[in-house]
Amino acid sequence: MSDNVVEANGLTKRYGANTAVDGVSFTVGRGEIFGLLGPNGAGKTTTILMMLGLTEVTAGTVSVLGYDPQRNPLEVKRVVGYLPDTVGFYDHMTAIDNLRYTAALIGIPSAERDTRIAAALDRVGLPDAGRQRVGTFSRGMRQRLGLAEILMKEVSVAILDEPTSGLDPHATSELLETIRSLKRDGVAVLLSSHLLERVQSVCDRVALFNAGKIALMGTVPDLARQVLGGGYHVDVEADGAGLAEKLAAVPGVRKVDTIGAGRYRLLSEGDVRPQAAAAVVHAGGALRRLSVEEPSLDAIYNRYFQTHSHEVPHAA
Amino acid sequence: MRREGSPWRGFNVVFFRELFDHLTSVRMLVLQFLVLLFGAAVVYFAAEQIRNTTAEDPFLFLRLFSPPGQTLLSFVVVLSILVPIIAIGLGFDSVNGEYNRRTMSRILAQPIYRDALLFGKFAAGIATLTIALITLWLLVMGFGLIRLGIPPNGEEIGRLGMFLLVTVFYAGVWLALAMLFSILFRSTATAALVALGLWLFLTLLWPAMAQLFGEAISPSDYRFTLLGLPTPATLAWQQGLARLSPGTLYGEVVVAMLSPDAQSMTTLLAQFQGRLGSPLPLGESILAAWPQMVGLIAGTIVLYVIGYICFQRQEVRA
Repeated sequence: MSDNVVEANGLTKRYGANTAVDGVSFTVGRGEIFGLLGPNGAGKTTTILMMLGLTEVTAGTVSVLGYDPQRNPLEVKRVVGYLPDTVGFYDHMTAIDNLRYTAALIGIPSAERDTRIAAALDRVGLPDAGRQRVGTFSRGMRQRLGLAEILMKEVSVAILDEPTSGLDPHATSELLETIRSLKRDGVAVLLSSHLLERVQSVCDRVALFNAGKIALMGTVPDLARQVLGGGYHVDVEADGAGLAEKLAAVPGVRKVDTIGAGRYRLLSEGDVRPQAAAAVVHAGGALRRLSVEEPSLDAIYNRYFQTHSHEVPHAA
Repeated sequence: MRREGSPWRGFNVVFFRELFDHLTSVRMLVLQFLVLLFGAAVVYFAAEQIRNTTAEDPFLFLRLFSPPGQTLLSFVVVLSILVPIIAIGLGFDSVNGEYNRRTMSRILAQPIYRDALLFGKFAAGIATLTIALITLWLLVMGFGLIRLGIPPNGEEIGRLGMFLLVTVFYAGVWLALAMLFSILFRSTATAALVALGLWLFLTLLWPAMAQLFGEAISPSDYRFTLLGLPTPATLAWQQGLARLSPGTLYGEVVVAMLSPDAQSMTTLLAQFQGRLGSPLPLGESILAAWPQMVGLIAGTIVLYVIGYICFQRQEVRA
């Protein structure tokens, strides 16, 4: 048996004439954090709902730990935790009562329930809020309570839909830390987001969605090489003659653009600032500025959609 | 494609949580209080009326629920008005409320089918109504025992028991209707208003409209009119149309159960055919009202099934 916990093959969802997800294929391995990224309406949530068996698949197949969500949704939902994009709880009930209800639905033996709930609340940083009514909770606390539910469920796959949207930077980094701890437990995490830079740091691999299709898939450096042709941009401002040729000769530099008088933009496979500085100095030039841009998902994303702009009606 | 796993999984969890929610909710408390207030008033007047009559009456206890000659101030009328309101009050936000609180996708991501969620909610609503109605029924009986000073006889208990059962079915129709609207409309306010509007229409307007439509479909024969009698064909149409309203069906069963000597719409036809209206035994009353009872149960099932199908086809995403 393969080590993939999720396998999707040609997954397609049509609403009438409108195709929401169009032939999507991907795999997620055990303990991997996989990012489903893309603008709103690109088909990320629909893909997730198909994986959970909460919406019917028009064509293609998907299996989660060997179970088919269309045929056996109960087995799938037993091992998968889901955090919807705007998670809701029963406001008039306490956090613990909310979790007790879910625990009963999951079928956690009543003897274990309270200890597992307490441990989960502790892990997401809500140890004292359990007896409070959820109506008093902030958005960040609800999000954490949703994560506590997944932790309590002791799942093999966690699917988090837009977990960071609407959170402040501090809450976001705490949430990302919890996601990393899930990975350490061997849980495969699927993460959907339209906020690229926030999730870039946690994702092992990402799939960029665009208009229902996966436009790009792979690790962030891979994608950078693929789309940006290297990924690192080094900006050099220096005076001197024939600097463009000298800079182009630096190892690792793919391309040199002269953007203005004495201003060059290098495209390289790594951070070549020292070598570029040395090249300028050797050529007798005067170096005024040197900066580097590391490859970011944002850059990959923007570049990709710039070159494929006719396919994107409203890129986020 | 066949799905695997039991559709009942999680049913009892949903059932007990919803039941607990209903029984502790302020909404239910207010509705119960309303019934108690109205019920106490009319039952008190009924008891006074009974105490002041000296004529012999074999069904004294039944008069407590539906005093003869009273069309408005009777416990039965109060129930027939308030039971739909309670049922609609319990059901109008049962499904769309979950969407609005954004709990639906989280709950359905747990290992249960939608069947268990919907049926758990429906069963909890019925259980709540049953508990409330039994409580009220016992209160009225207890009041009657104290105030009238005579115990009900076996037949009266049987009739009152059937009355209680039919009232639960009647509540079931409205609960299923309210839940159907809570599935069809995403806004709880819309669902409540449509359900209450339909209830008002069926209760106030439809009986009169049924008369008109019946007359239009099958006009009265002047030979019967001259004799001051209803034309049988017209009467049949009018009754058939009026029975589309659960209120009419309920009213007919109640008359059959609680007024064994009264000339109900059903016995009117019988009388017309040459039979005399005399107190019917319990078994005969049940037989007479059997189609109406089946109608109420069938209405509940049909409404629930329509709601079930719509709910199954609904997208989880709001």
